[in-house]
Parts: sequence; C-alpha cells; structure tokens
Amino acid sequence: MKKPSKILTTILILVIAVIGSLLYEQYGNSQKSIIVLATTTSTYDSGLLDYLTPIFESKYPAKVHVISVGTGQAIETAKRGDADLVLVHSRQLELEFVNSAYGVHRIGVMYNDFTIIGPTDDPAGINGLKNATEAFRRIMEEGVKGRILFISRADKSGTHTLELSIWGKLGMTPSNKTQTWYLEAGAGMGTVLRMANEKKAYTLTDRATWTSFKKQLTNLRILVEDDAVLLNPYAIILVNPEKYPRRNYKGALTLAKWIISEEGQNLIENYKKEGETLFKPIARNIELARTLGFPEQEKELAWYDAQKT
Amino acid sequence: MNVVFENTFWMEILNITFLSLRVSGTAVLIGSLIGIPIGTVLGFRRFKGKRTLMRFVDIMLKSIINTFMGLPPVAVGLAVYLLLTASGVLGWLGLLYTPTAMIITQVIMAVPIIIGVTMSAVGSVEKAVRERALSLGATEAQAAWLILREARMGVLTSIIVAFGAAISEVGGIMITGGNIRWWTRTLTTAIVVETELGNFAMAITLGAILLSTAFIINLALTIVQLKGAGR
Repeated sequence: MKKPSKILTTILILVIAVIGSLLYEQYGNSQKSIIVLATTTSTYDSGLLDYLTPIFESKYPAKVHVISVGTGQAIETAKRGDADLVLVHSRQLELEFVNSAYGVHRIGVMYNDFTIIGPTDDPAGINGLKNATEAFRRIMEEGVKGRILFISRADKSGTHTLELSIWGKLGMTPSNKTQTWYLEAGAGMGTVLRMANEKKAYTLTDRATWTSFKKQLTNLRILVEDDAVLLNPYAIILVNPEKYPRRNYKGALTLAKWIISEEGQNLIENYKKEGETLFKPIARNIELARTLGFPEQEKELAWYDAQKT
Repeated sequence: MNVVFENTFWMEILNITFLSLRVSGTAVLIGSLIGIPIGTVLGFRRFKGKRTLMRFVDIMLKSIINTFMGLPPVAVGLAVYLLLTASGVLGWLGLLYTPTAMIITQVIMAVPIIIGVTMSAVGSVEKAVRERALSLGATEAQAAWLILREARMGVLTSIIVAFGAAISEVGGIMITGGNIRWWTRTLTTAIVVETELGNFAMAITLGAILLSTAFIINLALTIVQLKGAGR
C-alpha cells in the first residue's frame, strides 16, 4: 500500500503547515496592540492614512488596521463593535453616534472643502457660482431637460449626506427611479470621479480626493467652490469603552492623541499631492474648530491632552 | 529612496500573493477534509428504506448540494460577517477582519463544490467497480476503497475547481476580511482597490500574478491528474 501512505503524508504536511502558520500569526499579533480604525474613503483614497499610519506604527508598539468605507458604514461598523475609533465627516451622523452613547469624545481633527465638479464645457452654466444650492438647482433644471447627468455617491457617506442636505434645501429627494439624469452609483469617491469623467457628468467631491485624482480626470474641472455649505470638517470619535469593553480603547486613545498632537497635526498639514495641501489641521485651533461645528473643542482637547497612555 | 520604494512595492505584492495562496489553500484543504468523505458517502447512494422515499431523499440531497455549489460568495460573506461581527453569535471570538474569517468564508464556498464533484465522480464508477470487486470476492470495505481509487481523478477535479473558485473570489472576503492593507488584502481585493484609486498599472500587475498563480497550481494538479490517469 504505497499510495495511500504517500497521500496521507502529503495531507499531514499540509495540515502541519497550516496550523504552524496560524500559530505564527497568533504569536506575531499578540506582540502588538491592534487598533481598528473605521474611516471614510476620502481619507484613505487620498493616501493620507497610508502616509500617517507607518509613522505612528514606528513610534508605538501598535498596528493600525484601516477599514475604509463611507462615513455611514464606518459608524455602523463601530456601532456593531467591530472598530476601536472612527475618523469621519458627517456632522449629523457623528452627533447621532455620540448622543446615543455609542461614541465618546468627538474632536475636530482637520478640514478641507467640497467642490462641485463637472464637464469642462459646463452645459449647466454653473461655473463661478458661489452658491452650491443655486448650482444644484441649475443642474436639476438642465438634468430634467435631459442635457446633463449628475452622479451621486449614494452610499451614505459624508459626501452623500451633504449632497442630500443640499437637495433637501431645494425641497427634493432625487432618485434614479424617477429621474433619469440622477445616477446613484453606490461607490467610493474615486470610482464616482472616474464615472463622472467617463460620462461627462456633474458630481460633488471632497477636494482631497479630487486633487489626488485630477490628473486622470481630463474631462472635468472645478466649477463651484467657496460656499460655507461646502466646508468639510473631519472628526475622530472613540467608541464608548463602557459599551464595548472588549475593544482596544487604550490603543484608540493613543492613536487619537497622536493624530491631534502637534506632531500629528504638522504631518497632516505637510501632506501634499500635486503640490497642494489636502487637509488643514484644526485640532489645536479652537476658534476655527468652533466655527466648523465643534463647540466642545477646547474641552475635548484638554481632556485628550490630560490622558496618559 | 527609489530603492526603498521599489522594495516595499514588491514586498507588498509578495505579501498579497502569499496571503491569497494561504487563505485559498487553507480553505480548500479544510474543505477537502470535510467534502471528500461526505461526497463519497453520498456518491454510494446506499439509503435504506422504501424505494420511493429513497429516491426522494436522493433527489432532494443532490438538488440542495447542486444549489450550494453555486452559492453567491457575497451572500456567504454577508452571512459570515453577521456571524462574526462583535454583536453577532460568534462575536466573542474576535475573528472579523482577520485572515481566519476569510478562510471560513471560503471553506463554506468550497465544501459544496467538493462534495458535488466528488459525489458525481464516485457515482459514475460506483456500480461497475463494486459489482466486479464483489464478484471477485472482495469485502464491502475493500470494494469501497477500490471505488474511491477509481474515482480519484474526479476527486482531484473537485479540488481544482474549488481552488479556482476560491482564489478568484472577491465579494465574500472583501466583507469578512475588510481589505486591510498588509493584513487581509488579497490579490482580488487589491485589484478592486487599485482600480478604485486609478493605479491601473498595479491592478494589471496583480491581475497577471493572479492569473499565473492560478495557472501554475492548476498545471501542477493537472500533471498529477494525468499521471494518475495513465496508471
């Protein structure tokens, strides 16, 4: 019976290899604290986190696992207890998250702004407007006439929430079902930008992702910017340690403290793509943070600075 | 600077490739250990009881397995996600967003494929081999062993098919693994990210690696298969 013993030996070797690699993995991980950060596609797609996390990991015995999804899903992930902290940008969703005691210590970290981009020949004629709501009205009017397309993220991200609130000001909730000019992509910012470029459509985008991608987007340009409605502040929120005792609260605190520290904030300010700063830090600029929707910034900053890790 | 960059570039590709192989390989190995015995037993079709009832059970079982052979990976991913999430039944294991979660997802996909193909392979040789073996004075157990030996090419096919499905799968492991860089990013999920980021060169490189990896493994398995068939 030469054959079965050969097969058995092969199986045995494979099984040992598998168990060995699993054990090795467990061992490798037990040495370091793992921090799960749920965040938005804009912070990831712009490359900011791939730039920040290796620096953090070189200073602390920790490993940052970044889950990059829309703001809505990031908060949902944290609510389920699958993340240690979130870095997101949707005031309304953030406040819900904190008020229902899932998250604690919301603090402003950085901001940039949104812009409305569209085809270079701008058939809707919104170029140079300083009023995003008016621009949306014109896009809708031209869209109804069948001349242009608008692509929505449609993924409950921060960008999508803002877009819906602007449509809301016009008293409407557009939907693919009834409006053929309104495309619901259900995708991240990068994908939507590329779709807009292919279809020569309008869309709302954060400036960081736009700047990182604009080289590839030859059919598009910025048409509307500098409306206060379009400001885009990012916040960090820790998950409530009382609600999720099994989460790595200490690790989350260490990471949050580092990002809002002088060092972290300087690194954010110096992160550039195509020669442009993508995110402007606000954690230590109390006045600016207050106007951007963080009334508690001073208190929270003091709290973070007082924590020992 | 450039050298460092290139180093991490290839390091990352190696890391991603190795993880893909490890996850899918482990899943197919575990899947085989579960699926081959079950497939063999089902292939024998030795149900006791009334004839009509037996046929009914037989047909039902086979239909169920054939349906599961086509399980949509995303649906499996969702189910495993809901099971492993911290607020799920198995949340206390803390397995979500780990390679183990991805292996679990792929095992669930691989098992029905292996059962199904093994079952039909065993079923197709069962009758002829068994009768001949018994007429030559073999015991039932010896006959069963002979059947499995005769069907070994079909069993190997089941492993090849399952591996092909596992290594090219993306929806399920995206949900349960979370696509974390240096940790749960596989060839397929990396292609999704790189395409989203517009790094088409990287995406194409990864696609080529995926294709050649699958080819090499299938080549090896096919050689084994042909050698076996020639005997």
